[in-house]
Amino acid sequence: MTGSKKWVLGLIALAFLVPLLRPVFPDVVSDYRLFLVSTMIIASIAVLGLNLLTGFNGQFSLGHGAFYAVGAYTAAILMDKLNVPYWATIPAAAIVCFIVGYLFGLPALKLEGHYLALATFALALAVPQILKYKWLEGLTGGVQGIVLLKPEVPFGLPLSEDQWLYYFCLVVMIVLFWGAANMLNSRSGRAMMAIRDQYMAADTMGIDTALYKTVTFGISAAYTGIAGALSASAIAFVAPDSFGIFLSIKFLIGLVVGGIGSLLGSVLGGIFYVLVDNSAQSLTQFIRNDLGLPFDLSAYTVFGVLLIAIIYLMPMGIAGGLYMAYRKLRGARA
Amino acid sequence: MRTSRRGFVAGVSAFAVLGANSAFAQKKYDDGATDSEIKLGHTGPYSGPASSYGQIGKTIEAFFKSVNEAGGVNGRKINFITRDDGYSPPKMVELVRQLVEQDKVLCLFNTLGTPTNTAIHRYMNQKKVPQLYVATGASKWGKPKEFPWTMGFQPDYHTEGVVYAKHVLANVKDAKIGVLMQNDDYGKDYYEGFRDGLGKETGKIVKHVTFEVTDPTVDSQVIQLKDSGANVFFNIATPKAAAQAIRKAADIGWKPAQYLNNVSASVGSVMKPAGLENSQGIITAQYLKDPTDKQWANTDDFKAWVAWMDKWMPGANKADANHVFGYAVSNLMLETLKKCGDTLTRENVMKQAANYQKYKLPLLLPGITINTSPTDYYPIQSVQLARFKGETWDLFGDVMSAEGS
Repeated sequence: MTGSKKWVLGLIALAFLVPLLRPVFPDVVSDYRLFLVSTMIIASIAVLGLNLLTGFNGQFSLGHGAFYAVGAYTAAILMDKLNVPYWATIPAAAIVCFIVGYLFGLPALKLEGHYLALATFALALAVPQILKYKWLEGLTGGVQGIVLLKPEVPFGLPLSEDQWLYYFCLVVMIVLFWGAANMLNSRSGRAMMAIRDQYMAADTMGIDTALYKTVTFGISAAYTGIAGALSASAIAFVAPDSFGIFLSIKFLIGLVVGGIGSLLGSVLGGIFYVLVDNSAQSLTQFIRNDLGLPFDLSAYTVFGVLLIAIIYLMPMGIAGGLYMAYRKLRGARA
Repeated sequence: MRTSRRGFVAGVSAFAVLGANSAFAQKKYDDGATDSEIKLGHTGPYSGPASSYGQIGKTIEAFFKSVNEAGGVNGRKINFITRDDGYSPPKMVELVRQLVEQDKVLCLFNTLGTPTNTAIHRYMNQKKVPQLYVATGASKWGKPKEFPWTMGFQPDYHTEGVVYAKHVLANVKDAKIGVLMQNDDYGKDYYEGFRDGLGKETGKIVKHVTFEVTDPTVDSQVIQLKDSGANVFFNIATPKAAAQAIRKAADIGWKPAQYLNNVSASVGSVMKPAGLENSQGIITAQYLKDPTDKQWANTDDFKAWVAWMDKWMPGANKADANHVFGYAVSNLMLETLKKCGDTLTRENVMKQAANYQKYKLPLLLPGITINTSPTDYYPIQSVQLARFKGETWDLFGDVMSAEGS
């Protein structure tokens, strides 16, 4: 336990130090790269939200993009209409999304497995349309969305906007992962996992399964909603088109590829989908223009091929694969 | 080396003349331009809900390839970097930041979509990087005072609305106008233009009904329009709803003079589903040569386009108007870069883009030219009306313009 703690602390220290190297390596640690890492952090938080629900509690969701959208819009509307500072929108989005998630969790109690997946899928389909609805248009800006201002660097710190945004996202992420780790290590966390592993046994042991399931749904939605609120600050623009059904699918991809039921897996999953989303197209262009091969693959084709490869080689996700590799290496040494 | 007197005089005077306005004719570069290369950034929806527009990006890519093969622009090759934004605003922000900050492009060119371009509008203007000839018709791209680094290309919806209004006033006696409008910024842009065009006669609009893009039908709206006694019908709708409205009007026996916005002027996806017999006589506005229109077959620019398509995009569907659009807008970009000469700064790119007088761009309808100025960021503000006849659009009348109105 202490060994892994050292690793985590080391990585966090590194994450705090790297942006400060910008004056030394301006091309390597550029604003754009920091922004990209910020989007990875945001994605990790969203994937963690889904992981809490699916990985640790055994409930399926194909619609977490909807909670992400609710979080983003909560933040955007607060900033746009009420001039609430960006940092204060994070708890607000968490509360709103917790309530929405909890309420959605109530009827979802009656739904198991793939039925729940389908119900959440419907939610993800409906939310972008609801955001355009005419009664809400005054608030949401309709199809055109809301243009926001990027967070400014406070206290006259000698940082660029992207450096500051990076630190802000990083701190939020650390707090959330720390919270999740503690929760999972507590009695409640074990109850959550007991429900996942043996629903009936958990029930017989006196765990209030209904309560746990709805609250987990709420917490999961809150996590993803916070990610959405962060993305609204980072991108400085929200529109219904940003929250299509593919967003939910991406969270699921991140979850499965990173590792279901693993905190590290959530981080890896977030990094994976941003990275692949970003480089898949460069890769196809490289194949087409530089290697001269006649493959005009779309980015999603590369996405698909990579996914199949990873699932085949590392069925437990990247986190599981790393763990297996680590065990093998240790076994070889011993 | 001996210098003749005449050479000396000529040299000195040339030096004086050039020095006066271009700093000794030195080469000046911003990011994205060198002696051998000009980098242009682009994103388009190659995947996602609007991927049919992806053809535009492919046409532009092929176009600059052909330009490079012919020697490039003033000796420089064009490095056209295009990425897939999937019509998603956050994706767009990410990609555009990559293009501007990592790839260091000279300018963005013809990025597509209203929500996507909105997402980067402020960023581009903060960074002072040109967001040139965007592929969307919203009127907000032509506001040089607030956004001096953003310029549109096609006629904006506002302009088109003005033109319809002028035609109604000139041709329909005792006009009583009914308007069907999609309830979003695009619809409002058209409607405001239409009202501006009517001027003092806005009272002639007897009924104005709206619908949501997600509404399954517009039947009840069309019935309301008929009941208002309107004899003119202005149809501001995207293809599906536009076709439904045309069909419904015919079904209930309402026969007004019909005006249809250019976004839905597709024969294949609107007029045919609405019923060709129901669509006869509908009026719309056009600015590019329609590739299915036989009358252009023998014009020089159209022949050049067909030859270019055969060579550079073999196998592509020539009936797809996106290729015409991509080819036309690329020609404008090429001309702008040529005009920049050796001063390839972002400021000069905008300055040249805002300095066109009656420039004849290939594939624009005869009589329509490119006109811009530091206060006019709308390159095309003229359209010609067309009436649906048989199975095609039939151009008629003069080119109409909203400029000076």
